[in-house]
Amino acid sequence: MTFMKKMMSATAALALTAGAAAADPAIVFDLGGKFDKSFNESAFNGAMRWAEETGGSFAEVELQSDAQREQALRRFAESGANPIVMAGFAFATALNEVAADYPDTKFVIIDMVVDQPNVRSVVFNEHEGSYLVGMLAAMASESGTVSFVGGMDIPLIRKFACGYAQGVKAVNADATIVANMTGTTPAAWNDPVKGSELTLAQISQGSDVVFAAAGGTGVGVLQTAADNNILSIGVDANQNYLHPGQVLTSMLKRVDNAVYEAFSAGVDVETGFNAMGVANEGVGYALDEFNAELVTAEMAEMVDAAAASIAAGELAVHDYSSDETCPALEF
Amino acid sequence: MDLLTILQILDSSVRLAVPLLLACLAGLYSERAGIFDIGLEGKMLAAAFMAAAIAYTSGSAWVGLLAGIGASLVLSAVHGVASITFRGNQLISGVAINFLAAGLTVVIAQSWFAQGGRTPTLQGDARFEPITLPFAESLQSVPVIGPIYYELISGHSVLVYIAFLLVPLTWWVLYRTRFGLRLRAVGENPASVDTAGISVVQLRYIAVIICGVLCGLAGAYLSTALQAGFTKDMSAGRGFIALAALIFAKWRPWHALYATLLFGFLQALALRPDLLENTLGFKVNGQLLDALPYILTVVILAGFVGKAIPPRAGGEPYVKER
Repeated sequence: MTFMKKMMSATAALALTAGAAAADPAIVFDLGGKFDKSFNESAFNGAMRWAEETGGSFAEVELQSDAQREQALRRFAESGANPIVMAGFAFATALNEVAADYPDTKFVIIDMVVDQPNVRSVVFNEHEGSYLVGMLAAMASESGTVSFVGGMDIPLIRKFACGYAQGVKAVNADATIVANMTGTTPAAWNDPVKGSELTLAQISQGSDVVFAAAGGTGVGVLQTAADNNILSIGVDANQNYLHPGQVLTSMLKRVDNAVYEAFSAGVDVETGFNAMGVANEGVGYALDEFNAELVTAEMAEMVDAAAASIAAGELAVHDYSSDETCPALEF
Repeated sequence: MDLLTILQILDSSVRLAVPLLLACLAGLYSERAGIFDIGLEGKMLAAAFMAAAIAYTSGSAWVGLLAGIGASLVLSAVHGVASITFRGNQLISGVAINFLAAGLTVVIAQSWFAQGGRTPTLQGDARFEPITLPFAESLQSVPVIGPIYYELISGHSVLVYIAFLLVPLTWWVLYRTRFGLRLRAVGENPASVDTAGISVVQLRYIAVIICGVLCGLAGAYLSTALQAGFTKDMSAGRGFIALAALIFAKWRPWHALYATLLFGFLQALALRPDLLENTLGFKVNGQLLDALPYILTVVILAGFVGKAIPPRAGGEPYVKER
């Protein structure tokens, strides 16, 4: 029996090694799973785009529990996969442990900074993308009041809110911005009921465009906005399709581009800190058939002009997380 | 603050209070019969998922509601078998139900709909729409009463009215029927009920089943009336706040209504920091308002506002002979 077991595990190990031929890239998805309509799915789309364009193959795994993080990274590293991309800030601790043991393997972590010589840390300039959708919100608003619903009250979400408020003020200096956070515990990411009530409260304060940066809570925000015939703005992935004609746009975080770039560079992927902003198509706003009627040509033109000047470095959007203050919004 | 703003806050309070009220009444039946139930949260969550999933596949919110109640009843049955038949620890069984529901809903939703643990968005008849009560439109112009009737009383989903009707019904059942007397007795002194020749086990099972039905209503209200679909962990601790409300209400139906309305009102106030600041003249921390239900419960438990005495046989499995 023990012999059988040994044989079986040996074959299993072999199968794993054979699965990822030397120097194929690998990707590890976070607990949400690769079809989460958001962050992970975006990463998966980037990997698929690379595979289709180059005809290459990559190894992948969807985690089922937190305990598998380190194990998955080690498996891939030992099988010779290079580079290894992981989607999500939660990998930071595991990666810190593993990276030093495989100096010849390149690792790419998204949404977090891990300071190791063979790690590429990709973070997004969410404030720049939020600035662009803030401009759109101010242009689409008829009441002059727009609002923001954040998930958990953490610096990252304040960064969204602050960028958004700056964008709104850039278009309409007299605009009122109502900003609310759902809560201070992780439950705030998954409380669509409270998101709905917050949206209703904001509507009664005159808001007619609401931007939700709140994970699962945002589902409730977008739903309530659609039920009450005001516009909403989605986040991370393109959420325009959720309520066609009623979602003004979505603040895109191009996780797919980050993965695509890492895969394309292959073994030679540049390590170190990498910020994905408007300049390198890391963030942006979504325009598709679902919101084509809502975003007029003039609106798009103004926003694209602002995006160009951000990219050129002429326009600097204040980053809340740099000094924990916001010029356009009081928390 | 004008009348309309006040009405909007009260309206929001009602919507936030109803899931708490249903869960609180559910806990009331169970705990009055001597079965502590901290699995309210899990049952609500399971019901919310099943109601949304079946409402989506069948296209009917009512079929969804039945399915939600069914899911909640299954978990109730688990709790009943563990704590009544096998005399296990009721708290542990409740915790297990919470974990089970939190995990299972997401896993099933993912393999069923492949949308990251969500159900698709419900539309049309798959959702409980707000109903407008008779004359609400025409009376709207009448000063004070008109807006109150139109904004606050009319325009909720049918489950809201059911929830409020359940309060007097529960009072009547508990205090005016033979069944209610026995139910209360079995939570205070099961041995005497047994001596009178009435089955303790049967009574407790009935209480647990009623608890399951009410949790099912609460869950279905969350996912098919307030929201248009299930998202992971959407009950967001409401089952626990309902337990706090139950203690605050000292296990009495009318007080449960007042307690949950108060908690709902506090939550609704926390959504409007601007109003509070304007009215009071200083900035109130929203988190403080969110925490108030728990703070109030602790104050009650510490005996400042009278004593909260739980049913005497609560949490104790009944052993017929020693």
